[in-house]
Amino acid sequence: MAAPADVAVELHGITKRFPGVVANRDINIVVKRGQVHAIVGENGAGKSTLMKILYGMQRPDGGSITIDGREASFHSPSDAIDAGVGMVHQHFMLADNFTVLENVVLGSEPSRAGMIDFGAARSRIKEISDSYGLEVEPDRLVEDLGVGDRQRVEILKVLYRGAKILILDEPTAVLVPQEVAELFDNLRELKAEGLTVLFISHKLDEVLEVADEITVIRRGTTVKTVEPAGVTARQLAELMVGSELPTPETRESTVTDEVVLQGEGITVRSLDGRALIDDVAFVIHRGEVLGLAGVEGNGQAELVEAIMGMRPVEGGSIHLSGEDLSHWGTRRRREAGIAYIPEDRHRHGLLLDAPLWENRILGHQTQEPNVNGPWIDRAGARRDTQRIVDEYDVRTPGIEVFASSLSGGNQQKLIVGREMSGEPKVLIASHPTRGVDVGAQAAIWDHIRAARRLGLAVLLISADLDELIGLSDSIKVILRGRFVADVDPAHVTPEELGSAMTGAGERTEGSPG
Amino acid sequence: MTLDWRRIGLAVAAPTAALAFALLVTALVLVSTGDPVWSTAQVVWDYGTQPRVIALTFNQGTVYYLSALAVAIGFRMNLFNIGVDGQYRLAAFCAAVVGSKLDLPKPLMILIIIATAMLVGAMWAGIAALLKATRGVSEVISTIMLNLIATSLVAYLLRKAAVDVAGSNNIGTKPISERGALPGIPLIPDSPLDVYGFILVAAFAGVVYTVALGRTRFGFDLRATGSSESAAVASGVNVKRMVVISLLLSGAVAGLVGMPQLLGGDSRNYSLDFPAGLGFTGIAIALLGRNNAIGMALAALLFSFLDSSAIILDINDISKEIVLIMQGTVVLSVVVVYELVRRYGVAAEQRRVSQELAGATDEPATPAGVGA
Amino acid sequence: MSLLDKPAGDPMKTAGAPHRVNHRFRLPTSGPVRVLLALGALVFMLSVVRVVSGANDITSSGTIGAALALSIPIAMAGLGGLWSERAGVVNIGLEGMMILGTWGAGWAGYQWGPWTGVLVGALFGAVGGLLHAVATVSFGVDHIVSGVAINILGLGVTQFLSVVAFEGVPGAGESQSPPLANIREVSIPGLADPLLTLQKKEWFFVSDLAGVARGLFTGVSLLTVVAILLLVLTYVVLWRTAFGLRLRSCGESPSAAESLGVNVYLMKYAAVVASGAFAGLGGAFLAIVAGNGYREGQTAGRGYIGLAAMIFGNWRPGGLAAGAGLFGFTDSLQLRRGGESVHALLLLLGALLLAVAIYLAVKRKLLPAAISALVGAGALVWYATTDEVPGAFTTMTPYVTTLLVLALAAQRLRMPAADGLKYRKGQGG
Repeated sequence: MAAPADVAVELHGITKRFPGVVANRDINIVVKRGQVHAIVGENGAGKSTLMKILYGMQRPDGGSITIDGREASFHSPSDAIDAGVGMVHQHFMLADNFTVLENVVLGSEPSRAGMIDFGAARSRIKEISDSYGLEVEPDRLVEDLGVGDRQRVEILKVLYRGAKILILDEPTAVLVPQEVAELFDNLRELKAEGLTVLFISHKLDEVLEVADEITVIRRGTTVKTVEPAGVTARQLAELMVGSELPTPETRESTVTDEVVLQGEGITVRSLDGRALIDDVAFVIHRGEVLGLAGVEGNGQAELVEAIMGMRPVEGGSIHLSGEDLSHWGTRRRREAGIAYIPEDRHRHGLLLDAPLWENRILGHQTQEPNVNGPWIDRAGARRDTQRIVDEYDVRTPGIEVFASSLSGGNQQKLIVGREMSGEPKVLIASHPTRGVDVGAQAAIWDHIRAARRLGLAVLLISADLDELIGLSDSIKVILRGRFVADVDPAHVTPEELGSAMTGAGERTEGSPG
Repeated sequence: MTLDWRRIGLAVAAPTAALAFALLVTALVLVSTGDPVWSTAQVVWDYGTQPRVIALTFNQGTVYYLSALAVAIGFRMNLFNIGVDGQYRLAAFCAAVVGSKLDLPKPLMILIIIATAMLVGAMWAGIAALLKATRGVSEVISTIMLNLIATSLVAYLLRKAAVDVAGSNNIGTKPISERGALPGIPLIPDSPLDVYGFILVAAFAGVVYTVALGRTRFGFDLRATGSSESAAVASGVNVKRMVVISLLLSGAVAGLVGMPQLLGGDSRNYSLDFPAGLGFTGIAIALLGRNNAIGMALAALLFSFLDSSAIILDINDISKEIVLIMQGTVVLSVVVVYELVRRYGVAAEQRRVSQELAGATDEPATPAGVGA
Repeated sequence: MSLLDKPAGDPMKTAGAPHRVNHRFRLPTSGPVRVLLALGALVFMLSVVRVVSGANDITSSGTIGAALALSIPIAMAGLGGLWSERAGVVNIGLEGMMILGTWGAGWAGYQWGPWTGVLVGALFGAVGGLLHAVATVSFGVDHIVSGVAINILGLGVTQFLSVVAFEGVPGAGESQSPPLANIREVSIPGLADPLLTLQKKEWFFVSDLAGVARGLFTGVSLLTVVAILLLVLTYVVLWRTAFGLRLRSCGESPSAAESLGVNVYLMKYAAVVASGAFAGLGGAFLAIVAGNGYREGQTAGRGYIGLAAMIFGNWRPGGLAAGAGLFGFTDSLQLRRGGESVHALLLLLGALLLAVAIYLAVKRKLLPAAISALVGAGALVWYATTDEVPGAFTTMTPYVTTLLVLALAAQRLRMPAADGLKYRKGQGG
């Protein structure tokens, strides 16, 4: 244990309960001054809750926080800011319609004669920006900035408030590789100036690259603190998920040569004309799982929405079993047998304040057994919901409860069960195990394997590379809206795939699938 | 089924609590003005339960109910059709003009008049629908503007089409002939006054509303859109189309609002003193009745009962405007109580579900609904 | 918002020099200059229309003075909307708060003088705002629903209070207060007569300028002056002070605000209560300056129109003032030989819309271009084939204008990003 003077933050015995769930349990972490300390854990392991507690957004039910040797009790973010703790949120906390300056000074505005002293603010921002190499222009509108710039604005916001301890919550999730590299340079600069950085992530390669110490959290509690020199990504992953690391391995191939879903020259543009998907082509056969690897925000979501007919496509065509569906609406595509597990189940997959059986109907409003001509068949829908609940092990007291009452894993199992109903031909699974517990994760993997066995063509998008490698028959890598590599999952390691995703050399890894 | 009972209990508790609160406020106001609370209530009750007054209450309630129904169709989809007011007035005026020019067999004549009203109401709402679907204009502001435009338009058209109403300086359209009269129903025993025959149409509309929303694919799509537009889109609902359809339907039902008066009243014309402002009352009733057909029927009767009690309050030298306070308070308190009950219900169910499952599984997930 | 900043500016010109919405920190002196230029251009165009059509009343001092007075209540309601929506709370209850304001002004005004009436009117409005804040901010009720409820309640409360408070008071009735003493009118000395002489000459542009100046600078109620100052003050407070920045941050990104220690609930409360006070002040203006006491139904939907003026003005004080001015102007025209004047404006409208159509066509926005062209051509045909516009159409002019603006410019309007959304503490992140 380090000498107290070297310790910036000490968390001791932190516990936080939500109704029915324990998010954090007996967390103990010691963070040394002037270091980058990474906190890793699975989605839902309790990292974000812990950071919200440290930043005063939530109050712990037990335990103590010590900052610079003094015990702290934060009632709001202002208290944390006063104690020198700043947070860069995973989802940027920026007002798009404000300038950088307005975003930065908000809440601690320099004033003169009752007015904001814009001149003073501007020069102070320039000063900080220069001394840490952040290159932030104070008078630009935030909505005109790119993702990397926005993140630097967030960091500058924190520094402007005199923070000595920075919390970065999943900062690389939205960045492209060059931006990640730039961010890490910024972090090293901050470290050199004596600042302490808490870096939260589930991307192990990055953590190993940038951190001085790594604390692993599993199921809401701290497992171990290690130094990056002494561990491999695999060891870290095992610490994250516990001793039995479930491997999502697919057995014998079921791939046929019957083409089910085929896309050609698909191009999608943003409102301002940027290509989000640029001339993309793919083929998925009966019984094949095509994995799509890529750093988040490189066009995966847009491609899925294009296939589902939720987003206008500028060019190209999509064929389902030889039939051109480019001009079909979402409903017709679903009726034709495209099942869809959306990335954000709360926004796209569920009606949260509707009972489970109504959620069974969602997306299948025109299909048996939910409807009978123009009528909703309540009895049929209820019966089938009960079937899904039983077959897919959805833990619920009944099918009349609202979807919002279920845990993330059970919500997801319900969605998977629903989408596998009605003999679909294609399954689009977008981050199917995101934010679900390990048990549900294994179950969902089984269901995807079963889908493959049943002869579905599956498009799997995931940020979990083990999942992607384990389940896919072939993998395509997407970068800035283009497919940049084909990868054979049988002969690739997560590390190799990861570097392909960052466009290292933009070459083809492994043997082409 | 225990679960259902909990929900029904909560659903009934909310308006009851709001009503109790509104009664309390009203009583306090009465006390503050020095009026006796208990005997006032007695007087109102005695008056309101006379057969003739009950018939009046049903008649006015029919009108309110239709207006609430029109509003509710939008509400179920998260659309605010503030424009029912303009839609029904323009519709009633056009229907009155068309009706006055017709001389056809009775059923045909009545049908044409009603169809005209629904068509005009739908068209007026359709302007807002098109603006929203094609240009993204908020229906709240466009329907408000359309209300104001309708006021001017009807005033202008009325002056063009007007004939003097006998015995007053009122002007109105030429009365519809006897053949356009929808006969009343002697629904209330001992009442000298019949109830509007249109009450049957209103009841039928309520049944159609309930069945269409609750039991049909179309209704499911509409409710899904109202509940979560993004989820509806992902499920294959064409949201723009739904916006247009539901606003058109809302407008069509709004067109019915003036019909009980036009077809069942004595003058059978649209004149300067044709009732105005019913659209706003409809919003209040839809809120109070929580967009539920039966709930809205009860709320409409309550509002109408309060309206008729204004007369006896006036006679007893108690300011009749107390009724407006009661109506306003009940609406404001009911929306607050509904929100509180909704939050309580969701939280209670989450707690209950996780308790029932505790032991069966130990999930470390963040609580549903709290995640980012 | 080139289209809205200068409602009368030549769209082709602004197309050549597109400026960004955000010019808060640049060219600090250009604001007033631009306003003056825009005003000059407007008067010039009206002058052309006047000469071509012979509708001499459209720039007379009487019309302009009336327009100013009529636009103030709308502007105050709009300011109310601005405060509230900038903090993220949609306030459709402005109408009800305005009604409360008219009554408060009438009730206090006849007893303690007009200025007390103004204060009490604002106070009554603020109470309505407080109610809206409690419902929307604390209880999370849908903003529209709460607003509608407040409108119903405001109407009911005032009608009830009238009966209680005005019964037996001389000069009052169940639906009106006794007549009120008026607020003093002020003029810039020595302007009235020479300007009138000039105006009567009917010279091109010069007489029009004289008429406009006379309308704006002579015989203006002190309360009008106060209201205009409040518009300026709103800009200063909301865009120049820390309080204003925090308030606006609640409308743009409440989670960001909360994460930086801004008390979002407090800001929203402050904004919505202020919003009610402004609406109440607008009501007080109606009762004291525009009318001669409180009368039932006096607001006649001006709360809603204020909201429209604010949207028309793109949630900015300057734009809001322009919107309110436009509505006040069309309102005033119908008081003074409206048929003829509005008929003359058809010419302007037609020409403007055709210009807009060309601009849009150049920008390859074909559908809006076609709509503008069609409506513009319609206006010109209407102008050519008639001599007068019926009064009812004059009345609806502002509303149709609002709809047109929304239809043509909805995409360019920029409402606060979190406007109308429910917010609960701790939900961010």
